[in-house]
Amino acid sequence: MEIPKSFLGYRRENGRAGTRNHVIILPVDDISNACAEAVANNIKGTIALPHSYGRLQFGADLELHFRTMIGTGKNPNVAAVIVIGIEPKWTKRIVDEIAKTGKPVEGFHIERTGDIGTIMKASKKAQEFSQWASEKQREECPLSDLWISVKCGESDTTSGLASNPTVGNLMEKLEPFGVHLCFGETSELTGAEKVCAARGATKEAQEKFMKTWSSYNDFILKEATNDLSESQPTAGNIAGGLTTIEEKAFGNFQKIGNLKFIDVLEPAEEPKKGKGLYFMDTSSAAAECVTLQAAGGFNIHLFPTGQGNIIGNPIEPVVKLTANPLTAKLMKEHVDCDVSKILSREMNLSQAGDELIKTMLRVANGRLTCAEALGHREFVMTKLYRSA
Amino acid sequence: MSQPDLIIHDEKDNVGVVVIENTKKGQECNAWIMENDKTVKVSSINEVPLGHKIALKDLKEGDTILKYGHDIGKVVKTIKKGEHVHVHNVKTKKW
Repeated sequence: MEIPKSFLGYRRENGRAGTRNHVIILPVDDISNACAEAVANNIKGTIALPHSYGRLQFGADLELHFRTMIGTGKNPNVAAVIVIGIEPKWTKRIVDEIAKTGKPVEGFHIERTGDIGTIMKASKKAQEFSQWASEKQREECPLSDLWISVKCGESDTTSGLASNPTVGNLMEKLEPFGVHLCFGETSELTGAEKVCAARGATKEAQEKFMKTWSSYNDFILKEATNDLSESQPTAGNIAGGLTTIEEKAFGNFQKIGNLKFIDVLEPAEEPKKGKGLYFMDTSSAAAECVTLQAAGGFNIHLFPTGQGNIIGNPIEPVVKLTANPLTAKLMKEHVDCDVSKILSREMNLSQAGDELIKTMLRVANGRLTCAEALGHREFVMTKLYRSA
Repeated sequence: MSQPDLIIHDEKDNVGVVVIENTKKGQECNAWIMENDKTVKVSSINEVPLGHKIALKDLKEGDTILKYGHDIGKVVKTIKKGEHVHVHNVKTKKW
């Protein structure tokens, strides 16, 4: 198949391109959710991103909170941002960083005004942003404007056999076009960690990966109260035939094909070494991982599933594929790309990779994913430890 | 290219994955090895559902399960060739 050289995206002020054109209402903290949701309810064409945290966090955990908030606002799939927090200082810190992209952003705080006054002020600005964004047109953008993140979920053995290698095939075919790529799921590489580390493009990247994996593994061993039965692998994984974390890890690892990764990113960190594949240190829980990758600037996501994970994200479209024929049949409304014919050998891996490229480009051009059509907007912050 | 009943990733592997809805007791399964495109036969002792594994040889306690050509865990209960391989007879070496 000849791969199209471009897609239709939204060009942003800082030169990046988006596959979506969202106006988001971003609460800084849990107690500002009600206000943010009221604004999004008032003003059509906006979405609120409620979440559970943002108070009394400190140290690395607080830095991650800010990085996720700011990265979400900066993502090129977002046209404009309203930030609402309880107090002005942290609100302003987020607004100021998002403003560096050049996109419209305005902050509001609730103290001394109350919810109702804040909702009124923020709604007026949100209306202005929504109408402004609605006039933005898609234009032709080179494939190199695609920043593609990947993560698998509710995996079974069909993931390692077929749907994950399909993503690997897409990566091998699109890397030469200068795309950015990202995989994560630190804990889920356990058992394959040495094989994965060897894929670091430099000694530095290899060592950074091993350090990141060891630190996550030490944390799991410290907190584990049993053999992690039904946590890793999950009950769904086990039902699907996956027996051990090692088996899951080698299946998971098929998603990067034969590529090497150039750097290891902190959770929600934006890549800075140019085009190519990055590893991001993330949890293996689907919504946490995709939220971090979206905050890292990735604008389209590929999600292979075995037993049928149904996740979506409010700003980064999540394209789902499965090779499990039962999932493809019984959960059809969640499957954007069916590659189950690989198992019956009616389709080879390269044909499946081509199908996935076509589906992904249709979504990049504007086709709603199954998760978008079904209203999945899982925005889940990663919290590193208890608050002060 | 007939439809396989089992798929084996790597020639070295001692397990294969069921890719039909269920194997029947005693079913003679066609197992396709992806790595070298060869086909081998193995008789399924149990009914094994889609996605679950079947042993390609006799395995004893302490043996290593190989899949993708790599170590994916240890045998904790004797397994016969053709038997269902899962959490009841295999455990992780990691956690």
